[in-house]
Amino acid sequence: MITFDNVDKIYASGEMRVHALKGVTLHIEEREFVSIMGPSGSGKSTMMNVIGCLDKPSSGMYTLDGTDIGSATSKQLSEVRNQKIGFVFQNFNLLKRTSAIENVELPMLYAGKSKKTRRERAEYCLELVGLKDRMHHKPNELSGGQQQRVAIARALSNDPAIILADEPTGNLDSASSEEIMSIFKQLNDGGNTIVLVTHEPEIAAHTNRIIWFRDGKIESDRLSTGRGSV
Amino acid sequence: MNMNELLKLSFRSLQSNLLRSFLTMLGIMIGVATVIAMISIGQGTNNQVTSQIQSLGSNLITVTASSSSGQSGAAGGGSDATLKLSDADPISKIDTVKYVAPVMQANTQFKNGANLTSTSIVGTTPSYADIKSWETDIGRFFTEDEVTDKSKVVVLGATTAENLFGKAGFDAIGSIVKINNIPFRVIGVLKSKGSSGSTDTDDTAIAPITTVQARFQAGSSKSAIRQILVEAKSPSSIQSTMSLMEYTMRQSHKLGSGEDDFKVQSQEDVLSSAESVTKTLTLFLGGVAAISLLVGGIGIMNIMLVSVTERTREIGTRKAIGAKEGTILSQFLVESVTLAILGGIIGVLLGFGGSKLVGNMMSIKTAISMNSVLLAVGFSACIGIIFGVFPARKAAKLDPIEALRYE
Repeated sequence: MITFDNVDKIYASGEMRVHALKGVTLHIEEREFVSIMGPSGSGKSTMMNVIGCLDKPSSGMYTLDGTDIGSATSKQLSEVRNQKIGFVFQNFNLLKRTSAIENVELPMLYAGKSKKTRRERAEYCLELVGLKDRMHHKPNELSGGQQQRVAIARALSNDPAIILADEPTGNLDSASSEEIMSIFKQLNDGGNTIVLVTHEPEIAAHTNRIIWFRDGKIESDRLSTGRGSV
Repeated sequence: MNMNELLKLSFRSLQSNLLRSFLTMLGIMIGVATVIAMISIGQGTNNQVTSQIQSLGSNLITVTASSSSGQSGAAGGGSDATLKLSDADPISKIDTVKYVAPVMQANTQFKNGANLTSTSIVGTTPSYADIKSWETDIGRFFTEDEVTDKSKVVVLGATTAENLFGKAGFDAIGSIVKINNIPFRVIGVLKSKGSSGSTDTDDTAIAPITTVQARFQAGSSKSAIRQILVEAKSPSSIQSTMSLMEYTMRQSHKLGSGEDDFKVQSQEDVLSSAESVTKTLTLFLGGVAAISLLVGGIGIMNIMLVSVTERTREIGTRKAIGAKEGTILSQFLVESVTLAILGGIIGVLLGFGGSKLVGNMMSIKTAISMNSVLLAVGFSACIGIIFGVFPARKAAKLDPIEALRYE
């Protein structure tokens, strides 16, 4: 599903050169539930951007679901993000003044799906996260946990290859965090591949595999019991 | 993403900040309203002037007094009056001239018992009725003999007759009215011509020019007349008639070239000079309006740039979930074009209203051409595109990583 082969990422701004990823080689299989951890500056955010096709590797190969990302144009990257990746952000990033269901429909709108298909799929996705009764609420009428559930429904809408979550519980209280993690667990059980970036060990403990980054390199890559508690 | 969805999106975004959207449109609105109002008032004035000039008669040539320096002379009142009744005679001898009527005017007060009315009395000769196609409704026009005799007879316009004698005016014929306290016998009432624009053509009275000169003209300018109306025999003879008239006038006034104390104009000359005045005015005001449209466009660009900055995170999110650069570009472009066109349409309506209002106040029949409406709306759409491209491109080119991190 995800293959990194000796991937380097170097940011150059003027004289400054930041070597954010140094020869990362990694393989994530379909149906895995992985967390990427590490202290700040370890390269985990860069890793997240590269996996999410928001950025391309400076060297090395990154293939996602059989597509070589390194050689893709920016238009192709947009399509890959739209079709193969479902983003879940720390601060939800739902569109304001737009109802939950319209937020969920947005990726399908960019994919050019018909109104009817969009509506049906969006309702289904909202049902999966338990928010079908709130689908006409605006984000500011929903709690943080509910907003993040809408964001997960949005991530699911185009049936992506992976769900990529960046600190999805960073802005939530522990009860909501638990709720979100159980939704992820449920989705993973249902066959979705999930990659989660976090710095909280309690959150990472929910996943089946924990990859530790330090100084742009993978420090450890081990299986987890997948039974953590908050 | 199709047009329908883009439009829906832009309407929602404009709706979410109604006051700002309205203020942004204001520039375009004012610009377009000015264009529409100015063009329609200009057209209206033009039409009115044209119809007034054309109503003067056909194949018409006028001679007016004018000093050699080019200033137009005083119409029947100045001390250096150069146009005299005697000037009409030689002109009437020109072959291609059909009718000649010297004209002067005086503001007078009419009295019939208790009925009073003020109107300007026209002093002229019987040919005047032919040139101006006046016909008498009842009674008759005065004759050449009555001109020679300086008879105190008068022909009343329909409005004047009504003011003095009531609706029908039949008992007017033969009655004596006092004009500036001098008794005149009414010999005819003119057929109504109706009003043209703000002036009532029927509010008039016509008397022999000799009588008017003798009774109502003061002191030094006693012999001065306002103008000489000439009707040429055919449209093709107008030019040659004018040259002959100028030659004749110079002869009788003993003038060298460049010393003309008169001006000979055909109806066409008057028409084209009137048209050129309104054209210049329209052009000038159009320029002012174009500048205000430009300023309106800059306003749109300004607000769109602010909007792009404000919505950086939204743009980042949209790009992350798969919006292409082109989609973001068209989203913002549609927004600015919608603003501009909406402003343009409201401006057109305001312009309509404004020109109707001004038209009513100045009693001009304003004309609104479909062309000017299309032009105004099309122009505002162009402004929306021109000034919307830069902000829209800025939005489309945002780096999604940076945009998502933006606070």
